[in-house]
Amino acid sequence: MAEYRMNAPLSDADAEKLRCGDVVFLSGVIYTARDAAHKRLMDLLDQNMELPFDLKGAVIYYVGPSPAPEGRPIGSAGPTTSYRMDSYAPRLHGLGVKASIGKGRRNAEVINALKKFGGVYFGATGGAGALLSMRIAEARVIAFEDLGTEAIRELKVSEFPLLVINDSQGGDLYVTPDRKAVGLE
Amino acid sequence: MRTLDSDVIVDAVAGMCIHANRYLPEDVQRCFAQCSSKESVPAAREIFRQLTENCTLAARTGLPLCQDTGLACFFVELGQDLHIMGRNIREAINDGVRKGYDEGRLRKSACDPFTRANTGDNTPSVIHFDIVPGDTLRISFMAKGGGSENMSRVTMLAPAEGWEGIRKFVLQRVAEAGPNPCPPIVVGIGIGGTFDYAPVLAKKALLRKLGDRNPDPGLDAREKELLADINKLGIGPMGLGGLTTALDVKMAVSPCHIASLPLAVNIQCHSARHEEVEL
Repeated sequence: MAEYRMNAPLSDADAEKLRCGDVVFLSGVIYTARDAAHKRLMDLLDQNMELPFDLKGAVIYYVGPSPAPEGRPIGSAGPTTSYRMDSYAPRLHGLGVKASIGKGRRNAEVINALKKFGGVYFGATGGAGALLSMRIAEARVIAFEDLGTEAIRELKVSEFPLLVINDSQGGDLYVTPDRKAVGLE
Repeated sequence: MRTLDSDVIVDAVAGMCIHANRYLPEDVQRCFAQCSSKESVPAAREIFRQLTENCTLAARTGLPLCQDTGLACFFVELGQDLHIMGRNIREAINDGVRKGYDEGRLRKSACDPFTRANTGDNTPSVIHFDIVPGDTLRISFMAKGGGSENMSRVTMLAPAEGWEGIRKFVLQRVAEAGPNPCPPIVVGIGIGGTFDYAPVLAKKALLRKLGDRNPDPGLDAREKELLADINKLGIGPMGLGGLTTALDVKMAVSPCHIASLPLAVNIQCHSARHEEVEL
């Protein structure tokens, strides 16, 4: 398991060399989107309209931050559970998105999309929202302001700590529960 | 008869919302330290290290521990000899939530289930009232996050399934939830009552301190048995493997219909934020 410092947007080569279990400290520009913003992105795509950010190499962070206090760019900002975005993620990977950041398991369609399009799924530590907020230097709403916490924000991150959960080779870091040990199988 | 001004309730609730979202209860922090010291998987220790640092940072900066500052859930014990002056008690609690979530820069997560439009002030909160003897008002607040709530389930077992059925359902639920609810989790289990009451028991059980003993020795033994079994699943902190899938198991029971065995499993993430006030 390797440790990397990388920049977002991610290049194809960067995304493809990552393996599950690798630690990545990510710097650069990433975009926030969770449930409601994904639905709106799909609506824009359906209508052949321009998206609010360039998908090429993009890293999407599944987060709905708490309001920014005085003197800080953003409030607490840890990951939300990713499976709720599973129905949207393959389409976005097909259009150039290289990675998403969240927590929790992805379904087979997402794992296949990562293989097909050379993408990666990063885990950030859930419930460590204050800690992760410290690695966000700037935040700016760029679309769907009416969605409040669910609006799309452009974030400038510095050494944002991530763990590769699913890689472009089909690897999965999450442990399979030992059902046999407790007589479930 | 004692009287209590509703403004006192508003301020107490606002204070609890802010404080609970910034400071993790001491029993939870102590449990992190104890469980972390037993872990040999490096990823598990690293997660505990981050969670501990997160607590320190939240306390120092005033940022909430987690961006999901929860739907505001309350258990209220209202003394029947207490008269509340001013607002209706439900309004007072909701006004306290509005004030606390605004002033504490907490996230407002309440929305319409169909349109998904945010209500804008994190109300209405979910309030369970109980009328009790005496003239005091006890309010317990829980900032319940959506990720762990989504992994919770209720079921109606057949009485023949008994303890083995309960045990299997709970273990299966925790196994299926896996990394999603932000383990290490606390598992609240409600057994008995009716379809609607079992989940209330499960949620209320989550208010107990981690590491305490169930006053019923039989239930205490079952909590320990289930905790040991859940941790044999090996899911570990954030699903990366390790000994600590759950920090604790809390069980509450109530008599049920002769035809039924209602069971609710309410999962709480590691950020087990709750607080209590007596007025």
